[in-house]
Amino acid sequence: MATLTLRDIKKSFGATHVLHGVDLDVTDGEMIVIVGASGCGKSTLLRIVAGLETETSGEVLIAGQSMKGLEPADRDVAMVFQNYALYPHMSVFQNMAYGLKIRGLPKDQIQHRVDEAAGLLGIGHLLQRKPRELSGGQRQRVAMGRAIVREPKLFLFDEPLSNLDAKLRVELRAEIRRLQRRLGVTSLFVTHDQVEAMTLGDRLVVMNAGRAAQIATPMEIWERPADTYVAGFIGSPSMNLLHATLEAGGAAAILDAGGLRLPFADGPRAGAAGRKLIIGIRPEHLRPGQGGLDVMVELVEPLGGESVLHGKLADGTPLTARLPGARYEDGATQLALPTESLHVFDGETGKRIEAGG
Amino acid sequence: MQKKVIFKGAVLPYLLLAPQLLITGIFFFWPAGQAIYQSFLREDAFGLSVEFVGFENFLDVVRDQTWLDSAGRTLLFSGSVAVLALGSALFLAVQADKHIRGADVYKTLLIWPYAVAPAIAAVLWLFMFHPNIGLFGRMLNGLGIPWDYRLNGNQAMLMVIMASAWKQVSYNFIFFLAGLQSIPRAVLEAAAIDGAKPARRFWTIIFPLLSPTAFFLLVVNLVYAFFDTFGVIHSLTHGGPGKATETLIYRVYTDGVINLNLGSSSAQSVILMLLVVALTVIQFRYVERKVHY
Ligand SMILES: Nc1ncnc2c1ncn2[C@@H]1O[C@H](COP(=O)(O)OP(=O)(O)O)[C@@H](O)[C@H]1O
Ligand SMILES: [Mg+2]
Repeated sequence: MATLTLRDIKKSFGATHVLHGVDLDVTDGEMIVIVGASGCGKSTLLRIVAGLETETSGEVLIAGQSMKGLEPADRDVAMVFQNYALYPHMSVFQNMAYGLKIRGLPKDQIQHRVDEAAGLLGIGHLLQRKPRELSGGQRQRVAMGRAIVREPKLFLFDEPLSNLDAKLRVELRAEIRRLQRRLGVTSLFVTHDQVEAMTLGDRLVVMNAGRAAQIATPMEIWERPADTYVAGFIGSPSMNLLHATLEAGGAAAILDAGGLRLPFADGPRAGAAGRKLIIGIRPEHLRPGQGGLDVMVELVEPLGGESVLHGKLADGTPLTARLPGARYEDGATQLALPTESLHVFDGETGKRIEAGG
Repeated sequence: MQKKVIFKGAVLPYLLLAPQLLITGIFFFWPAGQAIYQSFLREDAFGLSVEFVGFENFLDVVRDQTWLDSAGRTLLFSGSVAVLALGSALFLAVQADKHIRGADVYKTLLIWPYAVAPAIAAVLWLFMFHPNIGLFGRMLNGLGIPWDYRLNGNQAMLMVIMASAWKQVSYNFIFFLAGLQSIPRAVLEAAAIDGAKPARRFWTIIFPLLSPTAFFLLVVNLVYAFFDTFGVIHSLTHGGPGKATETLIYRVYTDGVINLNLGSSSAQSVILMLLVVALTVIQFRYVERKVHY
């Protein structure tokens, strides 16, 4: 158990700049989820914390101690990999005991710790098996067991659920969350799956092209995304992003498509008339109703209790809506935008614009 | 992955197999059959009379103290060649597997010795260790260490072991490197995070995972040392000085081709043949069982 601090971590592989300066403060026992599209540098960041890669510049501190020049073996962290990375020639017991043996723990203590962890994970009956005799879910449990018995300062997870089928993924996700709470070990969890991120993290780090676009709690990120990337990444289906311009006086936006006027419920935005904006509206905030957006619905996906509508605005901008009920049809319709659920972003930088800002 | 093609009739498949069968027949089964046939016969030195003697040739061979000496020498020779060739190949493969600059050049260079003919390999070693013209041979003598493998049997043995092992290192290297590269990187990283330092990672993870490869290579190397080193020994020492480097395969040649004792020579070949068959069977049995993943 420990705190973790990242200070301006940068990483280049030759001429390829992968991380452009990431700062992060993790408190003791916190579960941080690093989420972002594939290739944005999540694994690289995690591997720098583990000591498997060396940062080009910046500093990693675990429990306030600089990790500069320290080997993975000397950092007292445990990692769970996407492909399990179990030792194929060892039994489950030996896999879990490996790190403890190296630390020179007495035999009876090793036995005790392995039994306890195996009990927690429900793999007690598998201890004598070899990894090749286990299913994917069982292997990942063993990999987690191997991390737990070590009682490390830090858990690192690199997409541990990505190789599992959907049902198992949901099951193990809940289990990881329970275990992490119960053991209270500071954790970094990497995933590209935003649902996983929302459900697991105390706080999320949304990464975009080697930068932390936003670091906040899941609800904060959902309610007040810092930029259009975060807005589009978190939430499913993705937030609709519509081009617009600022009205003189800053009290409303005029949509480019159809010229609809959208007054800001929370106060005016700064800037000259005609300032380029992007208006964000979550699909679930749209409602059927008169006087709203003219949409040409092209596809209806009924999900039982609700339906997802895919359509286009007059100028061809795609639009998605998630509406209650199942009675929708293709064709022209009108959707209302509740003004209190709008997000306003700068048209050029994509950054969020707050009322008065 | 099995692809099966169904042929109509039996003619075409046999026709397609014919070249392979022909080659195997002419160059393997025929001489092997000849050897077995000859091993039961005794012929006088001029080839005028032949008599059937049953297993007498075999009994003579295994009762002959000089043959037993030769067998012991062969064990020492083959064991040393295998250990040396496997050990150095493993060491080199581990080095080549690291991400070092010029790794590709290094790998290519290491594979070259395999393409060198035994006689040329022998000449190479001769140029290095000949007491009068060899670079190292002269250096050793200059340092006051008496070095002449033409007179000293132990030195001669050392020479043929080194030259034979050197030729086999490339082959082992390729297999070890492939074996190393098939170990998932994450497994080694997991071990590093678990606290294992490089030496420990090698002995507890890498080495056990390579052991099927190592066992396969051990058998291949033993077979190589038994049979394929004739050229090296012949070019370097002619089995001498005395009988110091006369291995079993070299003795087959001396007894058969030089001394024209065809019956005994054939019996010796048959014994060696049985040995290879035994080694191969062990290998297939073991390798099939002992593969991870
Ligand atoms: N060892 C490496 N050498 C060169 N480029 C690398 C290396 N590791 C990762 N990269 C590059 O860094 C970028 C980020 O990789 P990674 O951290 O694995 O992304 P993520 O885990 O978010 O999918 C990718 O473009 C990848 O190609
Ligand atoms: Mg990754």
